Amino acid sequence: MTAASTPPMIRVAGVDKFFGPLHVLKNVQLEVPKGQVVVVLGPSGSGKSTLCRTINRLEPIDSGLIEVDGQPLPAEGKELARLRADVGMVFQSFNLFAHKTIVENVMLAPVKVRRTPAAEARKTAMELLERVGIANQAEKFPAQLSGGQQQRAAIARALAMKPKVMLFDEPTSALDPEMVQEVLDVMTGLAKDGMTMLVVTHEMGFARKAADRVIFMSDGEVVEDSTPEEFFSAPKSNRAKDFLGKILTH
Amino acid sequence: MSVLTNNLDLFLRAFGQTLQLFAVSAVLSLVLGTLLAALRVSPVPVFRGIGTGYVTVLRNTPLTLVFVFFVFAYPLLEILKISEYTAALVALSLYTAAFVCEVVRSGINTVPVGQAEASRALGLTFTQMLGNVVLPQALRSVVPPMTSTMIALLKNTTVASGFAVFQAGNIREALADQGDDVLFGLIWVAIGFIILVLPLTYVQQVFEKRWSVAR
Repeated sequence: MTAASTPPMIRVAGVDKFFGPLHVLKNVQLEVPKGQVVVVLGPSGSGKSTLCRTINRLEPIDSGLIEVDGQPLPAEGKELARLRADVGMVFQSFNLFAHKTIVENVMLAPVKVRRTPAAEARKTAMELLERVGIANQAEKFPAQLSGGQQQRAAIARALAMKPKVMLFDEPTSALDPEMVQEVLDVMTGLAKDGMTMLVVTHEMGFARKAADRVIFMSDGEVVEDSTPEEFFSAPKSNRAKDFLGKILTH
Repeated sequence: MSVLTNNLDLFLRAFGQTLQLFAVSAVLSLVLGTLLAALRVSPVPVFRGIGTGYVTVLRNTPLTLVFVFFVFAYPLLEILKISEYTAALVALSLYTAAFVCEVVRSGINTVPVGQAEASRALGLTFTQMLGNVVLPQALRSVVPPMTSTMIALLKNTTVASGFAVFQAGNIREALADQGDDVLFGLIWVAIGFIILVLPLTYVQQVFEKRWSVAR
């Protein structure tokens, strides 16, 4: 596979980002080929969530280049909205639309953005809810669901747009421990189906089991980029060793 | 009681006009105020500037002055002739829209930022996000202050008395002209306003109940 014939699904090249005086992304380079599952690990404050949010321009960058499927991110406007429609995103805090039922949440974007007829959108939405295992909750409001169910609904909502790539920004960090697995199972299923995924997470089990590649970030830099086996058994950098030492001992 | 029963026709006609002024300017100010709020939260700086400028000017001007402008000053511009009644409608709507705008904007600020982010991440445009996600949630949290704004509008319609637009604010003069009891006449006018406001507070309760969706 040559780079010229198939551009990577995500290309991040020389990206810098500042929050005021704070340098949160330092010359970040990252390519995610189609179909690959990349897990981004790192201590909090390392810039991994920010990196994830820059890819659909929820956070604008100060310099560098980001391309999705060979297309550079456009400036805010209709063009960017079109690109975002192809990039699914799942948030730490679910962000389901509080005033709409679960099935309406899943239908909204296909109907408004893709102009899918409502009946067809509803049918697809129900299939997706079936797939994430909460079809029986379709007519409830988000607040009536458990965290795990809400996050699975949020994944279904993102999938309803038939995205080329899915971004997960700490999808299980706001969940009670017993609900983490149900969300990870859905994500593992997606990975098996060949979805291109960038997952920011603290779930080492998921990284080991489902990731093709692990990116380790620290202080705004990509410190390691390797396979899960390599990263967990023989981390190269001291920062990664230190990080793994802290999380794997308990 | 006789002041009321003897002049029932006057009272009904006057309060009818009051209601009409209120209803039309309520609709106009709600629409315009919501549009202004959308301008004030827009990503385009020029739009935000227009919204802020409008609110600064209209909210800080006495309503009587706005009336004076549309009844006496505006005709001098010789753009489009309007009756005093239309001028009153315009003055009330433009003035109240500034307050509606601020109420709606405060409602928008209560909607968690994640709702807007999720909309943008799905590819919704700014207008789609506002119309389908943010405003429907914002309006739920503004029912009490919006009701207050509408009650103020209902009472502000009496300012039209000074500008040859007949409504409930003119009942006193009409009674005085006939030599009727002005004191009791005014008490009946006050009762009339209370009766008009009561349905508004009822509507407030209904909306508050219906829209009390847990977050």
